[in-house]
This record gives sequence, structure tokens and C-alpha cells, in this order.
Amino acid sequence: MIELEGLTKRYGEKVAVNNLTFTVRPGIVTGFLGPNGAGKSTTMRMLLGLDNPTAGDVRIDGKRYAQLKDPLKYIGALLDAKAMHGGRSAFNHLLCLAQSNGIPRARVHEVLDTVGLTAVARKKAKGFSLGMGQRLGIAGALLGDPEILMFDEPVNGLDPEGIHWIRNLMKSLASQGRTVFVSSHLMSEMALTADHLVVIGQGRLLADMSMADFIRQNSRSYVRLRSPQRERLLDVLHQAGITVVEAGNGTLEVDGTGAERVGELAAQHQLVLHELSPQQASLEEAFMQLTAESVEYHAHADHQGPGDAAPGRAPSGGPPPGQRPGQGWGSGWQQPRKGD
Amino acid sequence: MAATQVLRSEWTKIRSVSSTIWTLGLAAVVTIALGLLISILSKNDYDNLSREDKITFDPTFISFAGMSLGQLAMIVFGVLVVSNEYSTGMIRTSLAAVPQRATFLFSKIAVATVLAFVVGLATSFISFFVGQAMLGEYKAQIGDPGVLRAVIGGGLYMTLIAMFSMGVAAMLRSPMLSLGILMPFFFLISNILGNVSATKKVGRFLPDQAGSKIMQVKTPFDDDTPYGPWGGLGIMVAWTAVAVIGGYVLLKKRDA
Ligand SMILES: Nc1ncnc2c1ncn2[C@@H]1O[C@H](COP(=O)(O)OP(=O)(O)O)[C@@H](O)[C@H]1O
Ligand SMILES: [Mg+2]
Repeated sequence: MIELEGLTKRYGEKVAVNNLTFTVRPGIVTGFLGPNGAGKSTTMRMLLGLDNPTAGDVRIDGKRYAQLKDPLKYIGALLDAKAMHGGRSAFNHLLCLAQSNGIPRARVHEVLDTVGLTAVARKKAKGFSLGMGQRLGIAGALLGDPEILMFDEPVNGLDPEGIHWIRNLMKSLASQGRTVFVSSHLMSEMALTADHLVVIGQGRLLADMSMADFIRQNSRSYVRLRSPQRERLLDVLHQAGITVVEAGNGTLEVDGTGAERVGELAAQHQLVLHELSPQQASLEEAFMQLTAESVEYHAHADHQGPGDAAPGRAPSGGPPPGQRPGQGWGSGWQQPRKGD
Repeated sequence: MAATQVLRSEWTKIRSVSSTIWTLGLAAVVTIALGLLISILSKNDYDNLSREDKITFDPTFISFAGMSLGQLAMIVFGVLVVSNEYSTGMIRTSLAAVPQRATFLFSKIAVATVLAFVVGLATSFISFFVGQAMLGEYKAQIGDPGVLRAVIGGGLYMTLIAMFSMGVAAMLRSPMLSLGILMPFFFLISNILGNVSATKKVGRFLPDQAGSKIMQVKTPFDDDTPYGPWGGLGIMVAWTAVAVIGGYVLLKKRDA
């Protein structure tokens, strides 16, 4: 179990991590999601006692990192695949880590086997591909057979096979009852591996909830419409009390009403439709919407930026303002997790 | 965290990178070879020396002449042992495994220092015997007064140079910055400061100027150095202690 309590890190004026409080529990994969520069790596470094927090506290099984005797037996981490001396062989890299924590030499052979590097154990790490380096880093994390594992963007730059391997590894570690904490800047990646989600943006906690809840709250379904008789269609829908959003390029989007009802209404009023299609907003969109305000550098307003891609458009023709879907379907995220 | 575990780990680290072999190997070869060459030249030149210079002719010290160059390889050894951790990113892996930063740094320095001492002492003895063999009739014997002290002192000098470099590298982290400061300093600047009369009084308190006194058996005529061989070594030890403690203080409070 990892517990963060008001964890804060300031680099000069810049607040990289801002008052983070959450708990990472055993038995599940907890995804740590945030755009680049959100403060994920900084948080993880503080967790390992590498960086000193400006304020707040972090505990591993109730203890400070520096209080852990032989810490590799409690928590194994992959921060950066290149955090090793390239001139050292894979075997010696792991051996020196094992010796420092009183881990038997035989365990080095075991983890090399687990990650599939036995054949290159005597080769220097600088000749390794990114994927092999990543595997060696993971071997180091597994060395002490720890109950807690932490991976910082483990699939970055890997080929599909490597990505598949890492996903399965994380799931199997969690199913053994271990605490697995993994960061990513990709929602799609988290959707495939994580059981629980912690989302941060600009160092601040944005969401802390189960993946199931996140999907339920964020799989917004809507109906997309195009019609040459756009103005009349808007009137008709308006009169029927249906909220419509203009989505640009002449398309309209309808929330909370099925395609059948919209189609029937159009038929009743003899309106021509060029498109009537049920749509599902992706989790990726939901994530971008959630972090839109906290993305460090927006693309210039003229270009397509993260904010533009998210479905936050001006309402039109819909009755009460404030019922914009862009607000409606996102508001639940910021609420703290129940049962904490 | 048992210190013996960390010592064993640091020994694995140091023996498993090639820079250890080539830096220490170069330190030994350069020191011995240059000492040999200068011993031959000194013997051939002996007849041209003044009467005073003949009296203070110091065959022991001459056989150590190669150290002025060989120490540069020792500096590279000391710098790389520490700064390799930073330049490769290994430091984060290392400190995650050993969060007690004092245990980490002092174990690393201890292992590297023992290794530097073994190599330094062997180099010093070999330089002495090879040099004396070249000096023929002017040679010193290991049993002569002060000679054994000078030969062991040569090993200590090389060890302290390496250790001082480790401390500086722990403070500066970057290998290029550390080498860029230490190499010209010990090869040029310190020599200039120690030999130009205007700066001599200060210059001779620099680590290498003071430390090399331990290798002298005979004192030059006009020498008014206010410390003896062990006093000089003591000054070098003090410099080394300051560098290592400085390295520790910075490591302790810095983000890794
Ligand atoms: N050592 C540092 N000095 C100054 N700023 C830093 C340092 N480390 C990280 N930052 C800043 O803190 C923010 C968070 O960075 P990081 O934790 O690497 O984010 P992430 O891993 O989520 O991409 C970024 O704006 C980054 O520029
Ligand atoms: Mg990062």
C-alpha cells in the first residue's frame, strides 16, 4: 500500500506536484494518468525518496522510504529504462542491486529468466534495444520479490509485443495480490490495464475512482445529425424539449435521446436527414476534456488543440443554458471517491 | 541496511566496468614508464649538475617523477567512479536500492579507495625499483633513511588524489565539469602557483604540492617549507576530507 498525504513539490516558482492525497491499494492495477508534464514522474521520485517533497508525506506500508530495511524487498520500481550503466552486463547490473539488499545471487538468474534476458545476461546493457532495456529495468524491480511495484510509462516506445508482455505482467502481478502502480499519458493504455484510475493535471488531483466508474460516467452516447433543413430541424427538436449542440461543419449532436425518436420526429415533420447516427465519445476524449484546463501548453487557438478536440461546443436551440453536455457529463469526475 | 551488503555491491559495480581497468592501468603504466625515462635522463645528466644539486640529488624522488602525469589517470578513475552514476542515470536506481545516502557514498568511496591504494602502492614500489635500477651508481636503497616512508608515501599520494577527485565529483556530478577543473588544476595551475615565488607561500598548501612532500627524501637547499613529509600529507588528507564531506553534504540534501 502506498499512501500520499498532501504531497507537494515545487521547483522554484513551478509547482510540479500540488497537494496530492490518495492511496494505492493492493490486488489491483492502479493507473496514474496525466498529460506530459503533469507531475507523474516527480511524484514517483518522491515516493522512492529520490526527491524531497516541498510539503506533505508519502508512506510505503506505513513507513518512510528511508526507513525500509532492504527497500527492494518492499517496493520495486522502473523509473527510466536507461537508469543503468551501459558498460555493465545485465547480470552484473542486477547482481550489484541484489547484493546491496541482501538478495541471493540465484534470484538474479530467476528474474533474468522471467523477463527473457537469460541469453544476453553477459552482454553489456548499452547494446540493448529499448525493449530489452525496459525488460532489464523490470527485472530489477522484480528482484526483491516486492509486494509493491511501480512503473513509470513502461510501454513508451515499445513494440506491440513488448506492450502486450508488460500489460500481462502487470495484471498477473496484481492478481497475485500485489500493489501495482503504473503511470501513462495515454487513456487508451490505462483502459486496457488499470482497475483503478488516479488522474492528475498540472500536479493536481483530478480524479480518483475505479475504472468501471470512470467508464460509466464518461461513455457519453449521443446522436449525430446532418440535415439540409437545419433551422427547421432545430426548431422541431427544440419544441420537443430535446437539447441540441452544434458540432461544427453543419453537424448537430443530440444527447439523452435515442436515434429512433429523433428519426421519427424528423419523419413526422417531413425533414430530410443526411445523417442520423448513434455515437459513443471515446475515453480518450473524456480524458482530454478532463485535463483540458490543465494542459501545460495549449496549441495555438487557430489550430486544433486538446481543447478543440473535446466536445465542448456552444449550445444552440436548446432550452435551458447550463445543460451543456460538455459540462453535464464531466462534472462527476471532480468528486472525491466515495468510501475513502 | 547493512554496510557490508553495500560494500559488496559497490565492489561488484567497480569491477564490472571497463573504465576501472583502463584508468588504473594507465595510472600505473604512465607513472612507471615516465619514472623510468626520467631516471635514465637524470643519470646521464648527473655530471652537469652543480655541487649543491649533487648533494641534494634525490634518486627516490626522481623515480617518482612519472606521478605528475600518472596522477591524471588516477583523477579520471576517481571522477568516473562517482560521476558515472550521474551520467548514466544509475544514481536513481542506486539510491532507490540504498536510500541511506551516507552508506551509499562512503561505501563507494571506501571500495574505490582501497583499490586505488593497492594499485598506487604497487605502482610506487615498482617505480622505485625500476627507477633505481636505471640510476645505477647514484641509486638509493630501500633501507636508507626515509626511503621506505617515501615509497609508501607515493602509494598514499596516489590514493589521496583519487579520493579527492571522488569528493569533487560527488559535489559537481558531471564528469566533464569535474575533469575540466581537476586535470588542468593538478597538471598546470597548481605547479605554477607552487613554483612562482609570488604565489609560492600559498601554492605549497595546495593538496598535491603539500602531499608530494612525502615522496622527498632529501630537501632542496633553499627550501623553507613550513611542514615536513607527514605534515604535508596531513594537509592533503585535510583537503581530501573537505572534498568528501562536501560531496556528502550536497548528496544528502539534493534531489537525485
Ligand atoms: N528537476 C526539475 N527541475 C525543474 N522542473 C522540473 C524538474 N523535474 C520536473 N520538473 C517540471 O515539473 C513538471 C512535472 O514533470 P514530470 O513529473 O516529469 O511530469 P510527467 O512525468 O507527468 O510528464 C514539469 O513541468 C517539469 O518541467
Ligand atoms: Mg514522466
